[in-house]
Amino acid sequence: MIELSVNGRTRRIDADASTPLLYVLRDDLGLVAAKFGCGLGQCGACTVLVDDQPVFSCITPIAALPGRAITTVEGLGTPDKPGIVQRAFEMEQAAQCGYCIPGMIARAEALLRHTVTPSEDEMRTAMSPSLCRCGTHMRILRAVRRAAAMRGGGVVDPAERVA
Amino acid sequence: MRRLSARLRIVLIVVALIALLFVGFLIFAHRPAIAEVAPPPRAAFAQADIAHGAELARIGNCTSCHTAKGGRPFAGGVPIATPFGTLHGTNITPDPETGIGRWSEPAFARSMRQGVARDGSHLYPAFPYDHFSSLTDADLHGLYAFLMTRRPVHLEPPANRMIPPLGFRPLLAGWKLLFFRPARFTTDPAHDALWNRGKYLGDGIAHCGGCHSPRGVLGNEKRDQPYAGGWVDGWYAPPLDATSPAIRAWTADRLETYLRTGLSTTHAAAAGPMGAVAHNLSQVRGPDVRAIAAYYADLMAKAPAARREPPLPDRADAAIRAHPKGAALYAGACAMCHEPGAPMVVAGRPVLPLGTQFHEHTPRDMIQTILQGVAPPVGAHGPYMPAYAGTLSDEQVAQVVAYLQTRHGTVRWDDLEDEVARARKEGKP
Repeated sequence: MIELSVNGRTRRIDADASTPLLYVLRDDLGLVAAKFGCGLGQCGACTVLVDDQPVFSCITPIAALPGRAITTVEGLGTPDKPGIVQRAFEMEQAAQCGYCIPGMIARAEALLRHTVTPSEDEMRTAMSPSLCRCGTHMRILRAVRRAAAMRGGGVVDPAERVA
Repeated sequence: MRRLSARLRIVLIVVALIALLFVGFLIFAHRPAIAEVAPPPRAAFAQADIAHGAELARIGNCTSCHTAKGGRPFAGGVPIATPFGTLHGTNITPDPETGIGRWSEPAFARSMRQGVARDGSHLYPAFPYDHFSSLTDADLHGLYAFLMTRRPVHLEPPANRMIPPLGFRPLLAGWKLLFFRPARFTTDPAHDALWNRGKYLGDGIAHCGGCHSPRGVLGNEKRDQPYAGGWVDGWYAPPLDATSPAIRAWTADRLETYLRTGLSTTHAAAAGPMGAVAHNLSQVRGPDVRAIAAYYADLMAKAPAARREPPLPDRADAAIRAHPKGAALYAGACAMCHEPGAPMVVAGRPVLPLGTQFHEHTPRDMIQTILQGVAPPVGAHGPYMPAYAGTLSDEQVAQVVAYLQTRHGTVRWDDLEDEVARARKEGKP
């Protein structure tokens, strides 16, 4: 048994210590926002927050996580009460197929927890480990700029103005 | 009263002597400015010379210090951490105000061969003029032609932050007096032309010793231990001599492939500062990379692996028993790429025990690779590994390293958790 803190709740997990967090989230806890993409830490679809840092949950064994605060997109808001980043993504219609979006939202959330006034360069660097095969990157970046503004800051040198 | 004035006299004499010595030192340290010129036009240079300089600039890896991440080529601003403070790579585009646009060719040649800027100020030896001093006139002309025909970028790099009084550049004349011996290249008739070409390039423009040679307390490369292994940006640059810790021989073929692709299926992927070197060398045409590989393969020809390639240790059961936590972390974080049969290994990446990192006297490179991962340059292909700095704690990284060391290692490492903390600190940009 391993105890994990997921979205503010303590969860007792009956799984081998080497099990990647993604499998535990999806299969044991029913938190299916984070997606399996490559399973190699290359695409970012599985990204969740651990202690405010974005991590690839597909290559993070739960052995590494006792005592650390795990946050998934489910922990940022609900369909009825979406969080700020979720609303920004919705307003910008950033999703095409949507598969990468939970990872994108987790990554944006991590950036904005660190600073609500990132530079354009900081924002792009922070978002770059997550890939989108549909090609909606420009909308995703707009959504991050919007989320920064909605959280009382903003990208300080935006490449595009937030409408 | 008499005694006091006698004492005063002695003090005055001492002060005067010190002042005289100081003035003498300043005179000794003084280098004249070389007159500014109008930036030479593109037509002043032959295309062949520009192309020649472009090749040398790649071999010389100029961009690692002179092109900032995401910045314009050769516009400088790269922070360079040294034990003596932080320097910033200079702007070497031909911008007249912030770059070298008003440098004549003799001024450029003096900077490369003597470490003196156009205005007469001494340059820090982070700029490897101790290597560049061996360059031929033709090569310097090519580099000058190449740099002076780049797009000028108006950008003043951030100010250096050196530990006082090292910001006072005339002191560098003292450093040069102690350590700087302009390099001269002479052909070694005992070796063929390719080897000699490799030595000229490797010791000279490529300045491999800048990272792979140990340095003394004042940052000087130790002349008596060339290529015995050194430190750079929190990484260990392994030896390129008979003490090479590689577990497979570095033949010229293998080394050429590694230098051109950043990957050797029998050694490792180029990680840390070596990544940029391989990326630059991947764009070099002609036999120069082959020559460099031939030269260093010969320097490593008496290394242990060159005589006998030992079997690869795999003590999996013992490692799991000794380090169960490390084993669990490895199984969840590393195995899907690194176990024999994993897609990455099938695709030609070396299996772990081949990695030179496993056989170095320090765990530093393994730790840095886990913390920082391996990333190809933006827009380029190359070996990739995600960074675990934000995922694993120091204790957890140490547990993984301990497990790997027991399973595949050939060297004993201690105090791993402290090593991880140090690696994190020294690896910060």
